Amino acid sequence: MTSIEAAADGAEAWFTLDRDDGRLAVGGDWTIGESARLDRELNALELKGQGPVTIDASKLSRLDSAGAWLLLRTRRALEAAGNTVSGPEVPERYQPLLENLDQEQPENRKSGPRIPKGFRGRLYRIGRTTVQNLKQAVSILGYLGRVTVETGEAIVKPRHNLRVTAIVHQVEETGINALPIVGLLAFLIGVVLAYQGADQLKRFGAEIFTINLLGVGLLREIGGLITAIIVAGRSGSAFTAQIGTMRVNEEIDAMQTMGLNTVDTLVLPRVIGLVIALPLLTFYAMVMGLIGGAMMCYFALDITIPIFLRQLNDAVSVNTMMVGLIKAPVFAFVIALVGCYEGFQVQRNAASVGQLTTRSVVESIFLVIVLDAAFSVMFSILDI
Amino acid sequence: MAEAREKEAVIKLRGLVTGFGSKILHDHIDLDVYRGEVLGVVGGSGSGKSVLMRAIISLIQPKEGTIEVLGQAVSEAEAPRMRALEMRWGVLFQEGALFSSQTVAENIQVPLREYTGMSQQLMDEIAAMKLTMVGLPPDTAEKYPSELSGGMKKRAGLARALALDPELLFLDEPTAGLDPISANQFDELIRRLQKALGLTVFLVTHDLDTLRAVTDRIAVLVNKKLVVGTIAELRKNPDPWIQDYFSGVRGRAALAGMETD
Repeated sequence: MTSIEAAADGAEAWFTLDRDDGRLAVGGDWTIGESARLDRELNALELKGQGPVTIDASKLSRLDSAGAWLLLRTRRALEAAGNTVSGPEVPERYQPLLENLDQEQPENRKSGPRIPKGFRGRLYRIGRTTVQNLKQAVSILGYLGRVTVETGEAIVKPRHNLRVTAIVHQVEETGINALPIVGLLAFLIGVVLAYQGADQLKRFGAEIFTINLLGVGLLREIGGLITAIIVAGRSGSAFTAQIGTMRVNEEIDAMQTMGLNTVDTLVLPRVIGLVIALPLLTFYAMVMGLIGGAMMCYFALDITIPIFLRQLNDAVSVNTMMVGLIKAPVFAFVIALVGCYEGFQVQRNAASVGQLTTRSVVESIFLVIVLDAAFSVMFSILDI
Repeated sequence: MAEAREKEAVIKLRGLVTGFGSKILHDHIDLDVYRGEVLGVVGGSGSGKSVLMRAIISLIQPKEGTIEVLGQAVSEAEAPRMRALEMRWGVLFQEGALFSSQTVAENIQVPLREYTGMSQQLMDEIAAMKLTMVGLPPDTAEKYPSELSGGMKKRAGLARALALDPELLFLDEPTAGLDPISANQFDELIRRLQKALGLTVFLVTHDLDTLRAVTDRIAVLVNKKLVVGTIAELRKNPDPWIQDYFSGVRGRAALAGMETD
């Protein structure tokens, strides 16, 4: 590593304290490169009960503000230890520097509560995080309420504030532009599912039930879940980053001063757009997954397409697919809501956008999976 | 300026050409900045004042010509020697360019932590000292840049630029966006620090008041060339842009009182 010590080419800094004479002589280059060493050595100096001291700095070859600070600090330390101090006498060219620094120095204090160490510190952190998370949950719930009310209003009496162009744009952004990635991943999951299922079921001579596994698995659960997770990573993060950047640029503040409702203009188009796009994407993912599975069945199990379709028809009904699809708008609502909410939480600094984007993705994926579990419980109680 | 010529040139430009694509901003310019002086660089918007500064501090590669700072060629210098050079200059960017995720004290300590082996205690002391030096209250140390006003950000940026006690200070429009009172205070601050620390200052500015209050010499960028002189010399220059600049309404108002000199 390059260090400033290596860059300096001057004389070494030194000081000697003559206790009998009451004389602290300093010399050499008192510069920033020497200051770390000088600091250690000066701190080690015993200052108590010295009596009158003269600081003689006439032999200084160079002095910069770090060195000057150390000189002044040493004088203060001597005074604080009960000695009378005269000087430091520095060469004339350094007089302005010293005068400039020799103003009332503020006490070096640290504000803010310190976190205690050890077990109490851990308790403190757990408590603080819990309170923070609870506050966050309450706040996001409040936001949910506000957005729900405004969505309802916008749909019940669609005034001019339902921005159709913006909604269509969001459908394109989050739906149509996501087709390649969602399609490819769903297709591959179909392939994997068929392959692993066939491998296990072959042992019982029940390869044909691979199709049941595919049908029920993809339509009920995996199709919807995988699409929601991809969209959370792709669009939820984009929402946070877009709105967050607008906050950093004071665009949100500008909109508010113009009387524009930020929920109307920024949140609703995204929420409604995603609620439209995600079910369509989910359906598309299901189809792609089944195509992947069918292809795997054809090559690995010699199950022809007509047989695949007949078995699929026996295995699943429209209801199975509806169970999968009904979840999609709910997932979409949660993803868009979390994405927008975190965007509005962005502070006015660059690091904040990144932090909250990450948090938005983690939170929305977490919520999607929790909701999926809740749906499963509900469906089993309802016997669907 | 006869005695200035005998002084050591801290920045030396010879035949410098910069530009983007086919657009040339500086066409073979020469410039000497002497130790201990404050050189102001002025020019119309888009004339490449900031680009000139960026070329000197090696953020932009020049197309042609040589740049020498503190006796070392900037364009050809290899990385370790550049690092040593970078420790000897401080740069204040237009908006302060403070690291937004760190407190002001941490910002000032970034170069200290990187280049010196100081204890945390001493770094805290130095940060507090630098803050006092640039005229900021001590509680600024614990604040984040987003909590500071524009003027305070610039002062904090200046404190960071001065952290390693540089010999050479680059200021990019230090008074832009400040109210006249803050701008005046900033001018005084620059002058005071320049005297106290023996700095050489390369100052890019739009502000005529700053020019008059702070600079020793002025370099004007006109038609891709540099015209250098004191205010009095420049006012006699026949170039229409320079005439307009120093003798227009704003120029006359800012320089009023110099007539009698």
